[in-house]
Amino acid sequence: MSGDPRDEIVEHLPALRAFALSLTRNGALADDMVQDSLVKAWTKIDSYQPGTNMRAWLFTILRNTYYSNRRKAGREVADVDGVYTASLSEKPAHDGRLQMTDFHAAFAKLNDEQREALILVGASGFSYEEAAGMCGVAVGTIKSRTNRARARLAELMHLDMGEALEMTDGATLAVISGNRTASVG
Amino acid sequence: MAQDRNKAQQSQVIDENLKRVYQDMLDEKVPDRFLDLLSQLKNQQGDGNHGDTK
Repeated sequence: MSGDPRDEIVEHLPALRAFALSLTRNGALADDMVQDSLVKAWTKIDSYQPGTNMRAWLFTILRNTYYSNRRKAGREVADVDGVYTASLSEKPAHDGRLQMTDFHAAFAKLNDEQREALILVGASGFSYEEAAGMCGVAVGTIKSRTNRARARLAELMHLDMGEALEMTDGATLAVISGNRTASVG
Repeated sequence: MAQDRNKAQQSQVIDENLKRVYQDMLDEKVPDRFLDLLSQLKNQQGDGNHGDTK
């Protein structure tokens, strides 16, 4: 009856797409990657150990897909249309403050490894250890990637402390999170 | 020391923004093609060794 771990895959679809999108920054490419990963996950379910973190397992498949595609394509795969980013970031202007367009632009300038580390640890809530396992590198490597990624973002966005403080005030947060309403609950 | 505090605060600001960007992506509706694909895969599996067809 129940017990096929593959039935859980569907729950991770939004996260899988979000991760694909942050790697590729290209909607069409991201969805193709998700599709490939789903087929792989389905056929290689034996390599999943029930009881372990399925999302981490799926993310690992996806990132392997991404990096092997990138190798095949000889480097420059991503950032072809930029349409997706633009559509995501139509937030009202808020003079002088950090805007999501800026953040997206800065984020896109990180290298793949830094962006990946930051998404895994900073956004998706994986531990350094989990992220290290998924990326097949040492924990210290993940730490230094996330640190460098944050430093680079801060630099790209000219984030000095004055701005940073403004960023966290209520008005700015309301602007930033403007389009998140009913769906969170 | 003040620098360390700044750095910590910076990281926090960045992570908060990151989470919002990520959340925006999570909130997107999953295209039907993926749900279709999954149900297709599930149906195919009936041809294999499982008794659970259809």
